[in-house]
Amino acid sequence: MLTKRIIPCLDVDGGRVVKGVSFIEIRDAGDPVQLASYYDAEGADELVLLDITASSDSREIMLDVVREVAERLFIPFTVGGGMRSAADVRLMLEAGADKVSLNTAAVQNPDLVGEASDHFGSQCIVVAIDATAVRPGDPPVPCADPTLALGSSSRWQVYIHGGRTPTGIDALQWAIRAADLGAGELLLTSMDTDGHQTGYDLDMIRQISQTVPIPVIASGGAGTPDHFLDALQDAKADAVLAASVFHFGTYRVKDIKDFLSERGVPMRPID
Amino acid sequence: MAKTTVAIVDYDAGNLRSVQKALEKFGARAEITSSAAVIEAADAVVVPGQGACDSSMRNLRERELVDPIRDSIASGRPFLGVCLGLQLLLDASDEGEEPCLGIARGRCRRLPGGQKIPHMGWNQVVWRKQHPFFEGVPNGSHFYFVHSYYADPEDSSIIAAATDYGVEFCSAVAWDSVAAVQFHPEKSGSIGLKIYENFVRCASER
Repeated sequence: MLTKRIIPCLDVDGGRVVKGVSFIEIRDAGDPVQLASYYDAEGADELVLLDITASSDSREIMLDVVREVAERLFIPFTVGGGMRSAADVRLMLEAGADKVSLNTAAVQNPDLVGEASDHFGSQCIVVAIDATAVRPGDPPVPCADPTLALGSSSRWQVYIHGGRTPTGIDALQWAIRAADLGAGELLLTSMDTDGHQTGYDLDMIRQISQTVPIPVIASGGAGTPDHFLDALQDAKADAVLAASVFHFGTYRVKDIKDFLSERGVPMRPID
Repeated sequence: MAKTTVAIVDYDAGNLRSVQKALEKFGARAEITSSAAVIEAADAVVVPGQGACDSSMRNLRERELVDPIRDSIASGRPFLGVCLGLQLLLDASDEGEEPCLGIARGRCRRLPGGQKIPHMGWNQVVWRKQHPFFEGVPNGSHFYFVHSYYADPEDSSIIAAATDYGVEFCSAVAWDSVAAVQFHPEKSGSIGLKIYENFVRCASER
């Protein structure tokens, strides 16, 4: 049986992992290469490296990080952040990433998703969607594509630029479109729950995961083992991503896997 | 003693460095190549790859690599196919129009609907028969998969393993010195590396 995946996420800024990882007994917890190896040994099923550096001249630094991580890892890893073109995607895959995730660039230029998936295969193209719940009184945002625009039944709005810019796009419609365009997987982050450790946005994950034909990674809000269980069992996510809960050592990957296994969620055993 | 040489066939079908790294870990001199001469001279051949059947077969033909691959297999040198490298061994694929290598009878079919496609993640492999490349890999081990089509060989005696994803599909074939797997052993942690270790050992013992 296909197991559900546990995916730690490393935020990388200028080649260094940020978001306090001081608990880990390795010499340099800010070193993405050491941390990636650590999580591999911990039993992570995959890793995500997110380049959150603002400046574009850091591209080379991230490529070096990816090359070094690729030398050390024998599990799959996804790299996201800052890629704007098929050429950027190619560089990242050639550096050793197994998959790339596209966010802002995919929204601004949806053809990029199709182009990248035709060139490199849909299996390596992840579309990352950051969204928040639509609230009454949200200022209207013009959306160029009426088929994606927020409507009266819309529940979540897509944001880009690291969550700073609303798009007027309905997250469910964008998820369906991204899958049609050739994405092999969706990485779905609720900005409402992200960083709060109060649980994933189960409604959003459930609705999107049950609508699209491709795997969905739930992201944003993991704080306890029950949160992982809810996202996988109740909201039907195919994988769960978490950062703080692992980085701060609240739980180890093994704790989460044991908890989920005992409750009937299929897990890959740790070597 | 000279190092065992392994040719990793490069036909523009994905990143091959992780396969190279896995082979090097066990002492092989592994070369990523689209040269027929390198394939002909190698002790063993690996055909990895991800992506579409049609463009991959066209690339193999344009680079004149089909005959060297066939010849290497016919000579009894160890051969390992990974992912697309398994699918291409058959006659054809539902995914495209181009004939595939036709080294084994059968075709690739799309995974049935009603579940997420691609089949992406760690799934279990149940062995149907033994092969030296799979020695020491316990029944039910988890490997990393990512694919939308699966191999459906006509001759069930070459099926070496099965995996369940809505349908029970053939996740490995093996005969003589040939084996091919639908999963990615180079992305499956230490259990996956065991297959590369066995492969390099078999290549060095010839």
